[in-house]
Amino acid sequence: MSYCKQEGKDRIIFVTKEDHESPSNADLVADDPNDPYEEQGLILPNGDINWNCPCLGGMASGPCGSQFKEAFSCFHYSSEEMKGSDCIDRFRNMQECMQKYPELYPLEEEKETPPHTEVVPDQDSFPPPQSDLSVSDSGLLSDNTLPTDSQTVS
Amino acid sequence: MLKCRALWRKLAPLARSASTACRHNVKTTALNNGRRHVLVPATRMSTGPAAGGGGGNQNTLYVVLVGATCLGGGVYAYMTVRGDGKRYEERITEIASRSQKDPESLPPVVPEPEAEAAPTSDESIPAAEPEPSPTEPVPAEESVTETSPEANSAAAPVVEEPPVSSEPQVNLVESAAEPAADAFPEEATSVVEEAAGEPVTEEPVTEEPVTEEPVTEAPPPLAAEPETVQDAPAEVESPPEAQPEAAPETESALLMIPSHAPYLLIGGGTASFAAARSIRARDPGAKVLIVTNEPNLPYMRPPLSKELWFSDDLSVTETLRFKQWNGKERSIYFQPSSFYVKPEDLSGAENGGVAVLTGKRVVHMDVRGNKVKLDDDTEISYDKCLIATGGEPRNLQVIEKAGDEVMKRITLFRKIEDFKSLDNVSRNANSITIIGGGFLGSEIACALGRRSLETGLEVIQMFPEKGNMGKVLPEYLSNWTTEKVKREGVKIVPEALVKSVAFKDDKLEILLKDGRQVKTDHIVAAVGLEPNVDLAKSAGLEVDSDFGGFRVNAELQARSNIWVAGDAACFYDIRLGRRRVEHHDHAVVSGRLAGENMTGANKPYWHQSMFWSDLGPDVGYEAIGIVDSSLPTVGIFAKATSKDTPKAATEQSGTGIRSESETEATATSAVASSTPAPVVEHKDEYGKGVIFYLRDKVVVGIILWNVFNRMPIARKIIKDGEEHVDLNEVAKLFNIHED
Repeated sequence: MSYCKQEGKDRIIFVTKEDHESPSNADLVADDPNDPYEEQGLILPNGDINWNCPCLGGMASGPCGSQFKEAFSCFHYSSEEMKGSDCIDRFRNMQECMQKYPELYPLEEEKETPPHTEVVPDQDSFPPPQSDLSVSDSGLLSDNTLPTDSQTVS
Repeated sequence: MLKCRALWRKLAPLARSASTACRHNVKTTALNNGRRHVLVPATRMSTGPAAGGGGGNQNTLYVVLVGATCLGGGVYAYMTVRGDGKRYEERITEIASRSQKDPESLPPVVPEPEAEAAPTSDESIPAAEPEPSPTEPVPAEESVTETSPEANSAAAPVVEEPPVSSEPQVNLVESAAEPAADAFPEEATSVVEEAAGEPVTEEPVTEEPVTEEPVTEAPPPLAAEPETVQDAPAEVESPPEAQPEAAPETESALLMIPSHAPYLLIGGGTASFAAARSIRARDPGAKVLIVTNEPNLPYMRPPLSKELWFSDDLSVTETLRFKQWNGKERSIYFQPSSFYVKPEDLSGAENGGVAVLTGKRVVHMDVRGNKVKLDDDTEISYDKCLIATGGEPRNLQVIEKAGDEVMKRITLFRKIEDFKSLDNVSRNANSITIIGGGFLGSEIACALGRRSLETGLEVIQMFPEKGNMGKVLPEYLSNWTTEKVKREGVKIVPEALVKSVAFKDDKLEILLKDGRQVKTDHIVAAVGLEPNVDLAKSAGLEVDSDFGGFRVNAELQARSNIWVAGDAACFYDIRLGRRRVEHHDHAVVSGRLAGENMTGANKPYWHQSMFWSDLGPDVGYEAIGIVDSSLPTVGIFAKATSKDTPKAATEQSGTGIRSESETEATATSAVASSTPAPVVEHKDEYGKGVIFYLRDKVVVGIILWNVFNRMPIARKIIKDGEEHVDLNEVAKLFNIHED
């Protein structure tokens, strides 16, 4: 059973696992998916790519930003059966550019795959780990789940 | 004609009465009197528009005069407004054409020499390439003579000089040479780099009015600038380097600083970098110039008081690399130097870029003229400006007055060099005292405490509150945290107000107001941050008296074209009210938002930033919103089980598992414990949980205590701003019992 005590203005409640088993009846306000103020994920409500998404790290803003944008846009709007197959040139451009900056875009063994169009929430704080440094890591987005929400060092 | 007549008939009485009124208002001086007396009777006698020859004619004259004046005024106003509109349109198209690569918008003067220069410059590129390398290490003056013959062989510089020097106004002949040289390399850079003739070359034209300022460009100090930026130049960059060196005035150092930046970011910290990234993402080809007085590229601060101290690498003070929570290593620098464009290449960069000008301080801001002045008297004009100047660590007054010997042994911790110096001190000193019990003080204390296990260093932490994080955590939690910090090897001196600090017998003697005395070798003062509002005066920007910092609106805007982000911004938070936040994530969020708004987004501060802290292996928490210990709180904690406390940590810190079973038994019977003794029993009670901070029954702040990956839920609750009746129900959303 939960146990409660009051210390001045501060209230303290201890709860067991069983106490919290029943679903919460707290009211949460429904989210408006088109809220212009909210931080958007990778894809905006109108279908465009949000180049400012933290999940992209520095990809769209670095020295090869414009090549990356071209390649990724092409991929995003590609309607081929093999999505992106008509964008090979742009990806090649991007790759050439990235080879000029090995420090920023270290070459890894995995072949370069465009980032998945997952929406990753809360990419607030730096560091966005390898997203600044590696393109080929298809786990690019999953890497970014760390910062804000679980920055602990033990 | 008939209509006219009728109109005149109607207007005349009106005009007459108006003119009569006017005359009555005129001062009764002798001069006028006579005349009036003559005129007045005349008007009084006249009754109709055609009545009386003299009177009628007078009336008509007045009508005509008044009408003509009005018409003239109207026409003038109309022309002015139209002219303004036209000038505005021209300016806008100019800016727009600069970003689009539209050669047609270039003024006629420039394209011609350009067209000539382009083909020749193409040839001169390979010729000039080998030149820069040998000339680089040579000081500017000498390189002039060496490279001038080579440069002259390239027709480009010669061709460009005449049109440029014809641009400046006549009245500034002397200083024209300097701006010409300044603009000339700019033009040279741009022309050479874009044989396609980009509108970037327009900049010299627009820069002319800027560089014409009578304020001397101060080439001597600039010429003295070490040419440190000349690393392996990229192919395209070498020609501009060769050509400026050919400039007769040896203004090669001037090159380092562009005279115009479409996006100028003052300050080179987290907020600035986040804004730069945001701008580049949203405005394709944007040219962003960051001006910072630190010698470093933008870096993140949290590891300076946390991860870097726990690194196994002995050369960490040089590499500045740390291991993240997921095991991956990275540098504290956001990006390596290859990410950035050199400042002198910024104007010519085809796809734009971010350039960082280090070691320069902005001392004056001219808001009307849209330009800033640096400490070496260079001026940079901008289209959009961000002020992200952060702040300086505060010091205690008693320390400032204490004399040089004491000052030598004080560290105000904020920057990389502070970390390096403190690291050095910690290896050599016997005793270090940290004054301040907040985030920074406690983190440093824990970091040094950890080090003390190896070196036998004495670590003391003193603060006015009763416990660590006393202004943030509710008392019971603050006490619990203090115990944890003690376990890290720190001697805590609570409720300590420093009266004086003296240097005696090779030791620092700290005298407290209650008579206690602490002897130590070195002091770290972590007593707050003073936001840097030096530019407020010259820029005419408002400074907030409650929170400090620049006062900005909900969209982080101070004035047109000026935004403020990061530690220095006192902004309006739509949900939580006006505040100023000094956390890393806020710098990122506000920097990003400022960048978005600088590129036309017009979004208010909405996405709530969070912060976190780690105090040793047991205490790690994330928080969001207003977390002030003076607010009433409701804390919901999971009843401790053996799983919650990390086993390694318990063994290390000496708290055995046995104490948990004791606390289980005593929990139900324990009375509210505000005295230190019972805290020992309760020490594992607050293993993990959620604490809500309330203001008028609305949750305005949440701490996730040893509970991770739940920040989105916390953010949502704050965003809703609802009055929840039962906070236990809200706490259920966090699933605190699970990992």
